[in-house]
Amino acid sequence: MTNLEKYIEAFAEGLEIDKSVVKEGLEYQSIPEWDSVGHMGLVAAIEDAFDIMMDTDDIIDLSSFEKGIEILKKYEVEI
Amino acid sequence: MYLDIDCKNRDKIAALSDNGKTITYGELVDISKDIRELIGERNLVFVLCRNTIDSLVGYVAMAASSNVSLLLGAETDDELIEELIRTYSPQYVWEHENCSIEMLGNREVLYSYGEYNLIRYISEDKPHLYENLALLLTTSGSTGSPKLVRQSYDNISSNAKAIASYLELDDNQKPITMLPMNYTYGLSVINSHLLVGGCILMTEYSYVQKQFWDFFKTCGATSICGVPYTYEILKKMRFFRMELPTLEYMTQAGGRLLPELHKEFAQYANERNIRFYVMYGQTEATARMSYLPPEQSLSKCGSIGIAIPGGEFSLVDENGECISDNEIVGELVYKGDNVTLGYATGPQDLAKKDEREGILVTGDMAKRDEDGYYYIVGRKKRFLKIYGNRVNMDECESMLQGKYTEMECACVGTDDHMKIYVTEQGSEDEILDYISGKTGLNRKAFEVIYISEIPKNDSGKKLYSVL
Repeated sequence: MTNLEKYIEAFAEGLEIDKSVVKEGLEYQSIPEWDSVGHMGLVAAIEDAFDIMMDTDDIIDLSSFEKGIEILKKYEVEI
Repeated sequence: MYLDIDCKNRDKIAALSDNGKTITYGELVDISKDIRELIGERNLVFVLCRNTIDSLVGYVAMAASSNVSLLLGAETDDELIEELIRTYSPQYVWEHENCSIEMLGNREVLYSYGEYNLIRYISEDKPHLYENLALLLTTSGSTGSPKLVRQSYDNISSNAKAIASYLELDDNQKPITMLPMNYTYGLSVINSHLLVGGCILMTEYSYVQKQFWDFFKTCGATSICGVPYTYEILKKMRFFRMELPTLEYMTQAGGRLLPELHKEFAQYANERNIRFYVMYGQTEATARMSYLPPEQSLSKCGSIGIAIPGGEFSLVDENGECISDNEIVGELVYKGDNVTLGYATGPQDLAKKDEREGILVTGDMAKRDEDGYYYIVGRKKRFLKIYGNRVNMDECESMLQGKYTEMECACVGTDDHMKIYVTEQGSEDEILDYISGKTGLNRKAFEVIYISEIPKNDSGKKLYSVL
């Protein structure tokens, strides 16, 4: 599985949404599933998928699909 | 005037928004007078709330001009709001200019403040409102029940005073909004701080967003508040490692905090000289009934503490007799000036006087230790606390039953996790969407499980205990 596939899967699993919804433009609160509750599910899923521990600053900065890709670079994950 | 807003320095800032907008106590007083001149007193007004200054202004101005508002979340399902409008027929609505509720479209705008408008909904006769009735809040707005809690001016003022006293609030306080203002706990934070002349930091950003913490740090917020789930998330966010030098105290209410989590936050607070208050309350008691003094937070971990100033707890057994021994479980009864007038299920109830006379039977089962500290051990009624919201399982069942008439269902579960047993296969996902949409709660809180038959006893009563 490529990192992009893993990333998409983490979104789908973490937010409990269909993979087809996971794409560019997906943002915090743009769908009902991505609220504060969903957000922490998403963080946990991304951390599991790439075996990393995100800093608080990155957890609160993870505001969109695109932003997550940018943040993951800090953890040496290229998507 | 309401919450003594006219006794503050007129130029003192009452609220500051994340976009830099402010409002002073003097402006709040002036707007309240304008509203009174415009619409008079004792109207029923629906206020569709957001955590913004514009929304806050509507709430305060209605209360300070002796109009009675029902506070509803602006994000509440449109159909549920429409149902309440049909039931109660408010004269006016304070709503955001982008409000999408069809019933409220094309109405006369009488007054505007920022992005909010005061619109006339009906011009028929005013309802008969009991003279001490100040405010209406929903009990479980999320299930669309028309049942409202009637709060009096004395209830609100007494509770705000008690809270300000035990939290040791003064006019240097800057709480930041972390809960909806139509939610009794969120509102109590606003009320108690307006009473002491504090400055409310208003933001619609969530504490999982960067903008929230930027605002927190830039403006030097002095306190945070949250339901059990908030504290779980804060922990996962590695809150303990954040640098928040202006933080003076933290409060928790809206359900039972797991003892482990309670201990961790109490320890964190102790080390940093922050006061951490675990508290207990209900909308029926305006907001607050008890608090655990911060110095006891570790030694009495898991306790809801002692009654607030002016309040009193007792425990009663099945026969209604008062329990005087320690460590015996009974139903918790609260006595105090903040016990609300009663419920309303329709407009005729808004004329009702005080039906409780200061005594609230809480529906929570509790015990008391030898030092007089109380512990909640269970509930008498069938409801769950989901992300701090009271969700009545019987109401959920009837809501689901109304939508899905072909199947039977039964709701059970634990706090933050409701199990919905249904007798129809294949529509689990759709049901999840429906219940999550209606309640406005994340679908992670619900689990839909297929069962061939709902277990019942001989008289046809559902046997929840075997599910």
